[in-house]
Amino acid sequence: MPTIIKQLSIFLENKTGRLTEITSLLGKAGINLTAFSMSEASDFGIMRVVLSDPEAAQKLLTSHGFTVTLSDVVCLFVPNSPGTLSEALHILSEHNVSVDYMYAFAMDDMARVVIRSSDIHKCVEVLQNSKLKLAKASDMYYF
Amino acid sequence: MIWNESYECMGREEMREVQNKRLRTTIEHVYHNSPFYRAKMQELGLTPMDIESIDDLVKLPFTTKTDLRDQYPFGLFSVPMSEIVRLHASSGTTGKPVVAGYTRKDLNTWSEVLARTFAAGGCSRNDIFQIAYGYGLFTGGLGAHYGAENLGASVIPISAGNTEKQIQLMTDFGSTALCCTPSYALYLAEAIEERGVQDKLKLKVGFFGAEPWTEAMRKELEKKMNIKAFDIFGLTEVIGPGVAYECSCQHGMHINEDHFLPEIINPKTFEPVAPGEVGELVFTTITKEGMPVIRYRTKDLTCLNYEKCECGRTSVRMSKIMGRSDDMLIIRGVNVFPSQIESVLMEFGETAPHYHLYVDRENNTDTFDVHVEVRPENFTDEMSTMLNLRKRIEARIQSVVGIHASVKLVEPRSIERSTGKAQRVTDKRNLY
Repeated sequence: MPTIIKQLSIFLENKTGRLTEITSLLGKAGINLTAFSMSEASDFGIMRVVLSDPEAAQKLLTSHGFTVTLSDVVCLFVPNSPGTLSEALHILSEHNVSVDYMYAFAMDDMARVVIRSSDIHKCVEVLQNSKLKLAKASDMYYF
Repeated sequence: MIWNESYECMGREEMREVQNKRLRTTIEHVYHNSPFYRAKMQELGLTPMDIESIDDLVKLPFTTKTDLRDQYPFGLFSVPMSEIVRLHASSGTTGKPVVAGYTRKDLNTWSEVLARTFAAGGCSRNDIFQIAYGYGLFTGGLGAHYGAENLGASVIPISAGNTEKQIQLMTDFGSTALCCTPSYALYLAEAIEERGVQDKLKLKVGFFGAEPWTEAMRKELEKKMNIKAFDIFGLTEVIGPGVAYECSCQHGMHINEDHFLPEIINPKTFEPVAPGEVGELVFTTITKEGMPVIRYRTKDLTCLNYEKCECGRTSVRMSKIMGRSDDMLIIRGVNVFPSQIESVLMEFGETAPHYHLYVDRENNTDTFDVHVEVRPENFTDEMSTMLNLRKRIEARIQSVVGIHASVKLVEPRSIERSTGKAQRVTDKRNLY
């Protein structure tokens, strides 16, 4: 399914300098970050990143001692206007697709929402059947 | 395989006779040749005549580590220096090191008990031993070295550290037996895994000792290196490694009791405990010449089993060390042994066997933090799973130890690895 995007999740201890290290490693390797979010517990956090070459990034970070895993997410486009997100989420809940987490950013006329669901295939199907627009994986990566 | 069947499988009554005789000789020897022991015995009005059998052992005074330090360096030697052919010393983490002196006969005894150890692990002259214990003052390296040579095996005296070289020789020379500390063994196992050279190894057994380790750690080492892992027990004060060893049944460690006579006492009352009960292990050496120890308090907690082993050996078995009265932490009034925490962490499998305990005191209450490494293969993107893992570990520690610990999940390889004895506890309380 070309709409499923590989997201990188990185285990991070709450230690100064770890984020700098990650971004600098990726930067030097010419890997571009498209979106990311940080989720944190008191002593550790998980950084989730959509980037231009997830496999290469995973290899690179693992070789530098980071703990990394890949998970499937989708990126949904919704018009940047009131009520549109609610509409999309309504469709998902109607079809019993639960959302584990999401992160988003809106600017100009479109908002982009990264969604992780434990049933990602159903999530894609439901959203596409409802004529909602999903980003293509190929738009996210460049090889 | 049994190296010395006549002693290792001797009947209990006969063993008792051997021990009685050797104890009498030892007491004669120290009374006449060691001013230290003579003075201690005289203080209690004892002469060698009072010690007829091992039942009289309880009359004798204890020897402690403090005595050994006070007598630094050679005060406990019971022969002239001209008879001493080797000196070893334990790492002096607190105060002066403990010094041990060996006569030629003592060295022979030592390589005898280690040959028994290695044979019990299934090794013979056909094996290639990689000795990765530190060589030098530490008894591990040279002790294992001469034991393996006595067995007739081919010995690689590589010493501890230099992991690259360890792996290179292990693959190129085809080492079949590895001797080192369990923490270094784990470190090596990880390095082997990282390089993906497991298939090139011919290792079949490991003899790991000099620091406490758990059954779970054994499983981990056995799986990672595809070996059978044997525990080996010893202490410099008694002779070094080889005081006790595991047979293939691995139901406790057989004590070389024709040389080292064990007792278990209650560390508070100093009275012998009932058979099978846990208490502090006490040793009297009954063949040593250079530095015999009489009722030496090891501070190690264990229990003894006098039943005949399925392997055919009749020698008494001690259980794995359950803790040290020294290592015991008292946190919020509860006795905590680091080994308990270790076994909890190993139960989970989702965490690496690398941990560090931090104890501190804030607002007059003890804080207890357990840092543990997550395993890369068990890391998941779901925050709830990770938080749940932490919660489950905390609950398990609470139920095993009886107090709450704050578990902190840390990145793989962030906890310092050691090539010697692992330092797993930081107690920042200034209580003394």
